[in-house]
Amino acid sequence: MSMITVKDMCLWYGDHQALHHINIEIPEKSITAFIGPSGCGKSTFLKTLNRMNDLIPGVKITGDIRYEGTDIFSREVDVNNLRKKIGMVFQKPNPFPMSIYDNIAYGPRTHGITNKVQLDEIVESALRGAAIWDEVKDRLKKNALGMSGGQQQRLCIARALAVQPKILLMDEPTSALDPISTSRIEELVMELKEKYTIVMVTHNMQQAVRVSDYTAFFLLGELVEFGKTDDSFSQPQDKRTEDYITGRFG
Amino acid sequence: MKKNQLMEKAIHGLFLVLGLITVGCVLLITVYLVISGIPAIREIGLIDFLFGKEWASTASEPKYGILPFILTSIYGTTGAILIGVPVGFMTAVYLSKLASPKVKSVMQSAVSLLAGISSVVYGLVGMLVLVLGIRKFFDVPDGASLLAAIIVLAIMILPSIIKMSVTALDAVPKEYEDASLALGATPIETYFKVSVPAAKSGIAAAVVLGVGRAIGEAMAVMMVAGNVPNMPDSLFQSVRFLTTAVSSEMAYSSGLQQQALFSIALVLFLFIMLINATLNFFLKREKE
Repeated sequence: MSMITVKDMCLWYGDHQALHHINIEIPEKSITAFIGPSGCGKSTFLKTLNRMNDLIPGVKITGDIRYEGTDIFSREVDVNNLRKKIGMVFQKPNPFPMSIYDNIAYGPRTHGITNKVQLDEIVESALRGAAIWDEVKDRLKKNALGMSGGQQQRLCIARALAVQPKILLMDEPTSALDPISTSRIEELVMELKEKYTIVMVTHNMQQAVRVSDYTAFFLLGELVEFGKTDDSFSQPQDKRTEDYITGRFG
Repeated sequence: MKKNQLMEKAIHGLFLVLGLITVGCVLLITVYLVISGIPAIREIGLIDFLFGKEWASTASEPKYGILPFILTSIYGTTGAILIGVPVGFMTAVYLSKLASPKVKSVMQSAVSLLAGISSVVYGLVGMLVLVLGIRKFFDVPDGASLLAAIIVLAIMILPSIIKMSVTALDAVPKEYEDASLALGATPIETYFKVSVPAAKSGIAAAVVLGVGRAIGEAMAVMMVAGNVPNMPDSLFQSVRFLTTAVSSEMAYSSGLQQQALFSIALVLFLFIMLINATLNFFLKREKE
């Protein structure tokens, strides 16, 4: 079953068309990787899915994006609720300048949970979910900015999990991290797909092969190819995909 | 080659001298104030001077108690902060986060203009509008009062508070705000729960800067506060500030009276030093 269905979607930044007629169905409880060279529109497309592009002045979007059957741009949709359901992890780890506990509790508090016991539970389960509980359980009151980059990124994943999303959008989540931290995040992501639908932008093709179930290849604002990762990489349908993954450009 | 090096050294020296002029001025003022401010305090007695409730410098039996001035300055500044900080802070949040670029640029030039208006103009407008308004609105015999001074000071400190808070809020990394929005927080929640806490040192510094402005202002408050050395018992009392105490008598003072004015200036100077130290503390924390 697909969590997100996109039909004939185009996006403009002012006069510049950044995405051309995108059609894709993102399957539930799996990892979909978006690959492609820099500037191909993969991050732009990702940010459209939780409407973070709304914040950029001059953006115009046409076409149809449905999350669990609902048009995400329809008037009835509360964008804050949508973003709660479709969580996001950013390229650069961006914990708030507050304690580890407050970072995780921020989302639930925003959505009205004030009960201390309940918050404690949420914080613990989110941190466990992001496989960082054992490292931080003794210093929950310490400032999150004192953690290493890899820990910060897992904290950000935990923070996203704390509002119980259905989908996690990850925008090159390991590009600012060292190889060891990267492999920990990759392991974590593979565990998370049991419960969540994950969409991950990566410019690291090995990472897409290692982690993802489906791969979408973007080039110059077009979705060139989308399919099972094994197929995309072993028998690409499009010549351009083949050229890219064999390293002829990009 | 050698000529170049000589030139470098000469320019280096010149800049050093120019820098030392500023430092020299501060030192000179400090030393001068301490030397000229201490004799009167010695003669009057520190306790009588600071806590004496009566100032009658020209009476046949002169009294030099500056508690009315100290309290007036503290009340006046506190009042100005209580009004000016909320208004300035909210304006800063609006300008930094909510206003469209056009509105922001227009409003920021207006704020800069407000900062550039000379204080005698504030005093004049305060006299003509505020003082009369207070007299009519509250039905008091004289509108020249502590309240009028508080309102004028509150407006005068707005530009410093707004500008500095906007700078601090603008400097909050966009990543923090994105993270909050992506969790489903509304923009307003994001600004108040993430951006403002992240900018809190800068905003605190803005408040302290406002305190410094308010306590150091002389001309405008002289014109609207009535300038009578009363204890500030009520908002409608005519009062005199530390600054105006010095400026209103200096021209015709002599002997112990003049020395006492220097002592008042010394007290004011110590207040301002304290405020500056607080400001530096917040600014340093902001950097870390």
